[in-house]
Amino acid sequence: MLRVSGLQKSFVMHARGTVGDDLALPVLKHVGLDVRPGECLALVGPSGAGKSTLLRSLYGNYRPQAGSIQVRHRDDWVELVDAEPRVILDVRRHTMGFVSQFLRVIPRVGAVDVVAEPMVRLGADLTEALRKAEFLLGLLGIPERLWALPPATFSGGEQQRVNIARSLIADYPILLLDEPTASLDQANRDGVIDLIRQRREAGTAIVGIFHDVAAREAIATRLHNVALPTSQTGVAA
Amino acid sequence: MNSPLLSARGVTKRFGSRLACCNVSFDLWPGEVLGVVGESGSGKTTLLNCLAGRLAPEAGSVAYETASAGTVDVHCLSEARRRLLARTEWGFVNQDAREGLRMGVSAGANIGERLMAIGARHYGNIRQTASDWLDRVEIEADRLDDRPTTYSGGMRQRLQIARNLVSEPRLVFMDEPTGGLDVSVQARILDLLRGLVDRFHLSAVLVTHDLGVARLLTHRLMVMQGGVVVEEGLTDQVLDDPQHAYTQMLVASILPV
Repeated sequence: MLRVSGLQKSFVMHARGTVGDDLALPVLKHVGLDVRPGECLALVGPSGAGKSTLLRSLYGNYRPQAGSIQVRHRDDWVELVDAEPRVILDVRRHTMGFVSQFLRVIPRVGAVDVVAEPMVRLGADLTEALRKAEFLLGLLGIPERLWALPPATFSGGEQQRVNIARSLIADYPILLLDEPTASLDQANRDGVIDLIRQRREAGTAIVGIFHDVAAREAIATRLHNVALPTSQTGVAA
Repeated sequence: MNSPLLSARGVTKRFGSRLACCNVSFDLWPGEVLGVVGESGSGKTTLLNCLAGRLAPEAGSVAYETASAGTVDVHCLSEARRRLLARTEWGFVNQDAREGLRMGVSAGANIGERLMAIGARHYGNIRQTASDWLDRVEIEADRLDDRPTTYSGGMRQRLQIARNLVSEPRLVFMDEPTGGLDVSVQARILDLLRGLVDRFHLSAVLVTHDLGVARLLTHRLMVMQGGVVVEEGLTDQVLDDPQHAYTQMLVASILPV
């Protein structure tokens, strides 16, 4: 479902004012991986090694300098590195979901509509999408009285579960998970783990970062080591 | 998704010796919302006016794929054809609603005028559609016969949006649609625009200096500095992984809430 090779990414911070004083931070060097349907690859490595950078690059959120990210999309392989925006948007709409640790709140939009949105965008019937959204919110333990409210005022754990529901509603063949169980209590964590494992067993290809070892052991089928780059800082021309 | 709706090539415009926009090229595809961001004086509005045929560029071309008459060069059309296009297939939402509305006639007439431009003649139907749109932009139906002079700033902006979208345009140009409005009014308009973009599969070019507005409404961004596009890409790419020094400075200047 996903093939990555020779991926390189560094961040170049332009110093304000002075030219030639730019700071380059190499993060990913020659990263390669391969994920098949029904597999869950857990990215492991020390903090700062570039796990999140890799995950965000896979989603097209960060722009790598070199390498290839190929995604199985609409029965075809699509290259995401240097792809046109509309190609990446189409891949995100149909093929690839991303669960981040934080929900980006939309003013005035209720939780149930936030969750239903990706399914509606795929052309689903609104009533059906809302019903599925309510089902997922219920499954994830969000009290019914909160469903119609905008999640801006929800607790961290509630926002995260809204986010997970939003990412799971569209049945994407590929899921990218950045700490899906962070800031959840035991009961809610188990619910989330069950849901994700069901997706994996149904054939979803998953790449995730799980600091929570229990979650990793329950979901991951393989580990992928992300090593610290050898030179942490350097001065670019 | 076979051909772009709007294609700009090398659009350049000078005011005297000052370069307002320099060699701007892009393709806008159906269903896409393109944001143009940058600080005041970066040439955003000049570019928008060149795209919409309101200003003639010195160099470059703007091609638009019409609904039925094939591709036209916006700046080679006769004034009459361009006006017809602007009334039927396009919308233009001004920052100042007074520029986009006719302040001397009722809200209903402001909306109805657009419908008549695309051939509506039945008074009852026009009034009903106008009333539906007021409801959609959350203005009470009993304000239908009031003039926009009696409306608040936020209501005027929502009326301007209704006037522009009632004819179901294929392409909408927006110049700071939430500029100068307080945040709760702004949230309401953003929510409205988001819903309409989704529902009508609108294509739009949106000029804003507010990166939060850009994040919420646009798919793609072009960052302008001194009339030049210094960076472009998916909105979240540009905002989360800015490459150009100017974009990094803009993103770093956002006040956290």
